[in-house]
Amino acid sequence: MTDIIRLTAAQTAEKIASGELTAVEVTEAHLARIEAVDEKVHAFLHVDREGALEQARAVDAKRAAGEPLGPLAGVPLALKDIFTTEGVPTTVGSKILEGWIPPYDATVTKRLKAADVVILGKTNMDEFAMGSSTENSAYGPTGNPWDLTRIPGGSGGGSAAALASYQAPLAIGTDTGGSIRQPAAVTATVGVKPTYGGVSRYGMVAFSSSLDQGGPCARTVLDAALLHEVIAGHDPLDSTSIDAPVPPVVEAARNGNVAGLRVGVVKEFGGEGYQAGVVQRFTESVELLRDLGAEIVEISCPSFTYALAAYYLIAPSECSSNLARFDAMRYGLRVGDDGTKSAEDVTALTRDAGFGPEVKRRIMLGTYALSSGYYDAYYGSAQKVRTLITRDFEKAFESVDVIVSPTTPTTAFPIGERADDPMAMYLADLCTIPANLAGNAAMSLPCGLAPEDGLPVGLQIIAPALKDDRLYRVGAAVEAAFVSKWGHPLLEEAPQL
Amino acid sequence: MTVTDLLSYEDALASYDPVMGLEVHVELGTRTKMFCGCSTELGADPNSQTCPTCLGLPGALPVVNAVGVESAIKIGLALNCEIAQWCRFARKNYFYPDMPKNFQTSQYDEPIAYNGYLDVQLEDGEVFRVEIERAHMEEDTGKSLHVGGATGRIHGASHSLLDYNRAGIPLIEIVTKPIEGAGARAPEVAKAYVAELRELIKALGVSEARMEQGQMRCDVNLSLRPLGQKKFGTRSETKNVNSLRSVERAARFEIQRHAAVLSSGGTILQETRHFHEEDGSTTSGRIKEEAEDYRYFPEPDLVPVAPAREWVEELRAGLPELPRVRRKRIQDGWGIADHEMQSVLNAGALDLILATIDEGADAAAARKWWMGELARHANESGTELAEVPITPAQVARVAALVAAGDLNDKLARQVIEGVLAGEGEPDQVVDKRGLKVVSDDGALGAAVDQAIADNAAVADKIRGGNLAAAGALIGAVMKLTRGQADAKRVRELVLEKLGVQG
Repeated sequence: MTDIIRLTAAQTAEKIASGELTAVEVTEAHLARIEAVDEKVHAFLHVDREGALEQARAVDAKRAAGEPLGPLAGVPLALKDIFTTEGVPTTVGSKILEGWIPPYDATVTKRLKAADVVILGKTNMDEFAMGSSTENSAYGPTGNPWDLTRIPGGSGGGSAAALASYQAPLAIGTDTGGSIRQPAAVTATVGVKPTYGGVSRYGMVAFSSSLDQGGPCARTVLDAALLHEVIAGHDPLDSTSIDAPVPPVVEAARNGNVAGLRVGVVKEFGGEGYQAGVVQRFTESVELLRDLGAEIVEISCPSFTYALAAYYLIAPSECSSNLARFDAMRYGLRVGDDGTKSAEDVTALTRDAGFGPEVKRRIMLGTYALSSGYYDAYYGSAQKVRTLITRDFEKAFESVDVIVSPTTPTTAFPIGERADDPMAMYLADLCTIPANLAGNAAMSLPCGLAPEDGLPVGLQIIAPALKDDRLYRVGAAVEAAFVSKWGHPLLEEAPQL
Repeated sequence: MTVTDLLSYEDALASYDPVMGLEVHVELGTRTKMFCGCSTELGADPNSQTCPTCLGLPGALPVVNAVGVESAIKIGLALNCEIAQWCRFARKNYFYPDMPKNFQTSQYDEPIAYNGYLDVQLEDGEVFRVEIERAHMEEDTGKSLHVGGATGRIHGASHSLLDYNRAGIPLIEIVTKPIEGAGARAPEVAKAYVAELRELIKALGVSEARMEQGQMRCDVNLSLRPLGQKKFGTRSETKNVNSLRSVERAARFEIQRHAAVLSSGGTILQETRHFHEEDGSTTSGRIKEEAEDYRYFPEPDLVPVAPAREWVEELRAGLPELPRVRRKRIQDGWGIADHEMQSVLNAGALDLILATIDEGADAAAARKWWMGELARHANESGTELAEVPITPAQVARVAALVAAGDLNDKLARQVIEGVLAGEGEPDQVVDKRGLKVVSDDGALGAAVDQAIADNAAVADKIRGGNLAAAGALIGAVMKLTRGQADAKRVRELVLEKLGVQG
């Protein structure tokens, strides 16, 4: 059993296709692993045992009937609880949607099912994807498999922790300001934020529409690419979805190579607030890239200094509007409906009881920023900064092919440490936010353990929009070089659960 | 209902100059909603025409209905507007239970069409130009049904039912620039504008624009300023005025109300007002103490709308004949004078006459009945001509009976009276009331003989060659036959029997 759960997704799919393993065996092994460790980790909010087994049986039946199987057929996956799943609870980590059973599948959910990927269940997250630690979940925090007293990153901490604790070889996350990449960094897994519009947002509960992007999470670069290919592509139900072919990510992941590649190092990423061990591992990664034949170019993106400020105006503004629909009228929690109160009162009581403090904080920030008289100074200025950041990227990508940086300034911090200090929490996304604001593609992959605390450090790679394949080409090369240097994938150094 | 102080209309206009702004919402007749594929058919079971998108379910996203955009551009072009090269939708944020997302997807500072005008013809034929500020696209809300209170109002209701079938139906909001210089004719201009706009929308085929079904709704914003003053006064916004007549009445009422408040030294509150069909009054709605803050911002779930210039020109070239042109063409075809055409239009009779012609009547007859008998009836009963309980098909049938000689005008009027009284179809009224023209010689002959016997002196005059005297005998026969005789035949018989050549 242990062997099955430690296989990569690519290996698992191959063994199912060849008949060496059945999809049911694979699913059962993972369900057993969840049973064994998730009480400690708390990666899942909901495990759909029956649904998963039914999907697995269907894969086995297909194979028996000689039907062709997709490249990830029968491989289990952990789905962030932000994607709607028909007939399966979807809470977005919030009390306000407790008990809601969506009547429809998100496009990502549909594509996973169509590809015969087995959905094990729904993973924990910061409420409405607002947070960098998964502590903002209304259903309790998730532990980092490297140290259960530490955060697994956020908002997609559940998905990253599920991968790092071998409860699933694949997971789906969403990334508004770093919610795929930062959890990947602090758990030594791989996470990709595709180009904005690369993966449909239909059925992905909105936090900040212009920034939200679903993407693949895995333990290897190739697995992430295989998953990327399954979920990406134009969706007529999402107007902002890109109507263009999916970049050749799998081919790139199979052909890692950085020879002759121009790699940009952004001057503005670094300095105060960055942990020494993080900086050390990042510097070594840059050296490694140079050794592999890449040309390292220092670049300047002066507007990045304002990225965090712009983000914390744009994201709350959009969220204040996106979350207005949770009014107790049609679905989800309803508080105070005793026949004496007005609809307005019931809405107010429900929102008060149903939203957690961070969500309320952002709704209030956003409501204020959009108010007449303040709009220009706040939302309007933030949009201008966004344009400047996009221009900085465009200018940078004239002289480099990809940009690299640490994914997050520090390693996983202890649960509770930053809970009362929103600003300290927000700094976790310092390096990841610019790519969201500009809509670029970005990846985080493991680049070593920080010497001072023995915890994983992530390397971020940023590519221009629509050039997602570059992430995989570079990522695969870096991954191969590190694994050969370490003698094994970094995750194998994680403590046994 | 509280009694509102009003100044007489004449006194109001003697001191004040009205300024109006009209906002008209038109529900487009697209097959599907503005941002999802749900049907827009009216009359379906509550909430049967909904989906994740128009219910605002978590995760659902909008997609723009291309026909909706096309309709908006057509309306813009017909209103002589400029069409935006690039524009966006915006979110208008406010909470209301019948609005699923608690924001309305609308347009804010980037409307699809702007800077246009519509020329409207007043009752005396004068043409007044109404400037158009903008026409923009948005979605309708659902409907709330308040249960347990008085007259369906939310006040005193025990609970409310929500129907989201209407949520997401495409709307075009057409906003005028301030209408100045109409003076005492302001209410008339308001009515004529809405009427002309309705004709235009119907001609474009983008909506049936039936006001009684809420497919077209009008808000009347009105303020007064002392004569000679440039600066606008404070306005009131009378919401959902849903017939042409009501638009006129609402404007008139508000002029009188504002004038009463202002002339007694009071100030007008900027507020919304409800219009009451029963007595044509308005009452206070919600007071806008502070300007409502809708926190508009560009809709991030939709990409900008950038209509290609070639497409816009194609749409412009394909615009149908516009109402003013059409009316001119019809008038020329009928060969009637301007003033006669104007009275047809003023009576709201044009479409009824055309429909009657479509049912087989000739144009002169159709005009005669609608502008005569039926217009009189409408006038007496205080209703719109279109609401008179007779159909163009029924009028056409009456005309056909007259043309065939089965009815004369006097009998035809009785048939119409019977139809209006609910006695059934024209033929049924003819049967029931026994209104056939008598042209059968046996029956007529007896009546003629009787008339000759009763009026020997007249008969002698006729025998003596005074043919003009025949009228008196014909009248006597008509009297004897209670008007059912065929007058032409009677004349022939009289002359024949008296041995005179006609």
